[in-house]
Parts: sequence; structure tokens; C-alpha cells
Amino acid sequence: MARMKFLCDADRCIECNACVTACKNEHEVPWGINRRRVVTINDGEPGERSVSMACMHCTDAPCQAVCPVNAFYTTADGVVLHSKDICIGCGYCFYACPFGAPQYPRVGNFGSRGKMDKCTYCAGGPEPDGSAAEYEKYGANRLAEGKLPLCAEMCSTKSLLAGDGEVIADIYNERVAKRGYGSGAWGWKTAYREGTTS
Amino acid sequence: MTALVAKFRHVLGALALFAVTVTTWPGMAQQPNSVDPTASAVKEDQLLQRFKTIQGRGSIPDVKSYTIEQPAGREWRRFHEVTLRIIGAAAIIGMLVLLVVFYLARGMVRLESGRSGRTIVRFNAAERVVHWMTASCFIILALSGLNITFGRPLLLPLMSPEAFTAWSEWAKYAHNYLSFPFTLGVVLIFLMWLGGNIPNRVDIEWLRRGGGIVGQDQPPAQRFNAGQKLIYWILVLGGGAMAVSGYALIFPFYGTTIEAMQNAEIVHGVVAMLFIAAMLGHIYIGTIGMEGAFEAMGRGTVDLNWAREHHNLWLEEEEAARRAAVPPAQATPASE
Repeated sequence: MARMKFLCDADRCIECNACVTACKNEHEVPWGINRRRVVTINDGEPGERSVSMACMHCTDAPCQAVCPVNAFYTTADGVVLHSKDICIGCGYCFYACPFGAPQYPRVGNFGSRGKMDKCTYCAGGPEPDGSAAEYEKYGANRLAEGKLPLCAEMCSTKSLLAGDGEVIADIYNERVAKRGYGSGAWGWKTAYREGTTS
Repeated sequence: MTALVAKFRHVLGALALFAVTVTTWPGMAQQPNSVDPTASAVKEDQLLQRFKTIQGRGSIPDVKSYTIEQPAGREWRRFHEVTLRIIGAAAIIGMLVLLVVFYLARGMVRLESGRSGRTIVRFNAAERVVHWMTASCFIILALSGLNITFGRPLLLPLMSPEAFTAWSEWAKYAHNYLSFPFTLGVVLIFLMWLGGNIPNRVDIEWLRRGGGIVGQDQPPAQRFNAGQKLIYWILVLGGGAMAVSGYALIFPFYGTTIEAMQNAEIVHGVVAMLFIAAMLGHIYIGTIGMEGAFEAMGRGTVDLNWAREHHNLWLEEEEAARRAAVPPAQATPASE
């Protein structure tokens, strides 16, 4: 079984935001919610780097651990998904998440956040694969169709990689060996407790 | 002639261009074979060590999304999953065990002199309304709050996930909305009973003699004894801490960062557990712990003998005030 991961090669990201747009369009993500975003560190200074970040589908996911109603589950592919029928919108997963992935529609008054929304690795939710109910709540289920997440698939510089963790780590390590430099797989140590070479 | 000058000018120009090229590219021969564009690049490890979080500039309005990594979430998770549950279980179960053991050893604090049949007003209607508003809110807030920490391991296995979500969602709404009357109650209690709750010398004596609860003593006490003053200040300070941290959580990210939200949750959780434990003690002594105590807040009146045994200085004050209110000349003698 594959262990799905994301890897952003920051030395290749050109901050075009195509991954963000692709994600929003593919899943018809509502206004104000971004499952993926590109952030530029040291913007305008020498050595600036842009990183595309979404849910990293952590090993032993903190969101899953702190959820008071047990809304999360990890699939056999290592994808961290959640049920919007179970979520109560308490916001705890956002406090625990190292990557700021959970998003909440602001509905109702003050504290009543809506059901949490986050990157599904284009793998939908607990509803039957490809069903209308699944699309309504979580967006497209590309993984069930044998496709990888759209953000990575259409990355113009192939900076953002998605797929089995070992495979994409090998691709990245080969790149680093060939070009002679690499600023590392951002977030891997935090999400998976390992780098690309371990 | 002019043609010769023009030719010479071209040669001169070419020479000058060559000279400029050579002087500005002195290292052309030493050009390195490979360039490292990451020599000055930001490094994840360095950023995390220096700032604990990694932040940058994003292009969407949500400024929270500009933080791409905050591993501190893992620490908060450990607190929420392990530390808070240990604190909560120790405080609440510890207090319950203590109360059961104490009840078995000491039993109910009886009225030594029996009932006189005559009563005196201890808490008026307004005071009782405020007390019970705060108390009923507290119970619902405590149960709905405990559900967030202990519901998943204790309640969820007993019911379907859908049923647990339905209950938890209602509990969340109740928790959010009842925070307002509760906070109002804390403010009113603070103002209403502040006068009787300033610690003074009588309290030292009362505490030294075990308050008449430990042992059989009946130390003098004013309207509120040292134990009640302690509960008052736990309510005022604990309730204040709960309100401040709670409203930070209810209004997420209104001027707070994610770190502040995590800290607010830590304060809210720890204070809540200690608060609940303290209130269990308060409920015990107000009900099965002491004969005649519940009526003070129930009916609002207490038996004169109860007042004499537990709040003698207060009773003397009250009686003195009543005597002063009715001039002796107009008073009807009791025996005539």
C-alpha cells in the first residue's frame, strides 16, 4: 500500500498560485476557504523561497488526536480525512495542526464555526466514492479514479509533488543530486518525523 | 582625410570596448562550473529554531494562512490529550474521594442545639436568584465542558458517533450561550457579597479551629466564614479567568494569534478542572455536609440556632440592627 504524501520543492516554486486555483476550482471550495495556499518567506530579499502548503496528511495526525468527537480517520493510503457529519466545528484541530490546514466557514454567530473543511488529498470523504453527497461536502474524489491530487498534477514547474512518499522522495533526492542543491522537503520532519533521506 | 579619421575612430572604439570588457569581467576565466542558488536561501530548520513558526507573505486575505508551519501544535496536542486529562481526573476524582472519605468519617455536621423554630432571613430573593442563575449555568457549563475533554474516551464508546455529535453540538451551543448569564452572575456576586468577603482577623481564628467542620468546635464567624470567603474568591477569580480565556476562545482570532488561542485553551482547561473540584466541595457542604445549610440558599431563611452555631457574630449584628430599628418605647413587651 502506498503512503501518500505531498512534497514541495521550494527551489522550483515560482509562486504562480496555480495549485491554489486548481484546488478551488476542482472542489468548488467556497469563498473564504483555502485548502491550499502559497506563502513566500523573506519576500523580496535574497534567498526568498515560496512554499505551497496544505494539509500534509501527517503520520499520527495531531488533528485526529485532539478532535473531541473523533471526526477524523486515516485511510489505508495514509490520507487523513474527516466526516463533516461528525464535526462540531469546535476549532481544536486548527490549534493542533502544524500547517494551518483546517478551515471553517464563518456561519452563525460568534463562536459557532461551521463544519471544518480541509485538503482531502483529492480523496473525498466517508460517503461512497464519487457520489453527489461526497462531492457536495468534500469535492472531487480523484484518488478513487486513480488520479493524483490536481494541485500537484498541474504544477507547471513540477515543484509540488504528490504520490507515494518513497517515490516522490526519490524524485526529489535525484533532483538534488543532479543540480547540487536543495532546501529540503518543507514540513516533512514536522509531519512525518522524517526527512526525504531517512 | 575624413575617411581615415572615421576608420581610426572605429578601431579606437573597438579597442575601448575590449578594454571595458576585460576590466569588468576579470574573473571570466575563473567562472565556477556550478552555481549554488541556495547559498542564501531560507532554511526550514534555521527558521524553526529561530522563530518557532515559519511565516511569510501570502496572497489571500486570511492572514492566519501566512503561517505555514507551527510545530507547537504538537505540544498543545500533548497538553490536551494527556496533561489536561490527568489534571482533570486527579482534581475531580480526588475531590470526590476526599468528600466521600470525609463524609464517612465526620458525617453531617448536625445542629447541636436542635431547631428553635424561629428563623432569620439569610439571603434575600435577589441574592438567591443570582446564586441559582450562576449555579445552574455552572453545572451546564461544567458538564458540556467536561464533554470536550472526557467525552471521546468515556461517552463516545457508549453511543453512536452521530448521537455523540448531536449531543456535543448542543453542548457546545449551551456552553457558548450560557457563558453570558454565568459571567453576569459572577460579576453580580462579586459586587453583591464583596462587603462580607474581605478577609479579616476572625478568619484566622476560624481556620485555626478547623472551622467547626473538622472536629466539633464552633468558632465565631461573621456573615461569611473563612471557608465561604475562599469559595467567594475562587468564584470571582476563577470565574474571571474562565470568562477572559473563554471569550478569547469564543471569538477566535479577534486580535489573538494561534499561540494565544492555544494558551487560552490551556488556561480555560486547567482552571475549569480546579474550579469544578472546588465547587464539588461547595455543593457538599451546602447539602449533605451540614444540617440546615441548604435552607439558607433554598428558602432564604435559617433557623436561629443554626445562625448561632455557625455565624454567631452575624446573628448578633442582625439582632442589634433589629433592636436599633425598633425603638424600645414603641416595642410591645413580650410578656403582657
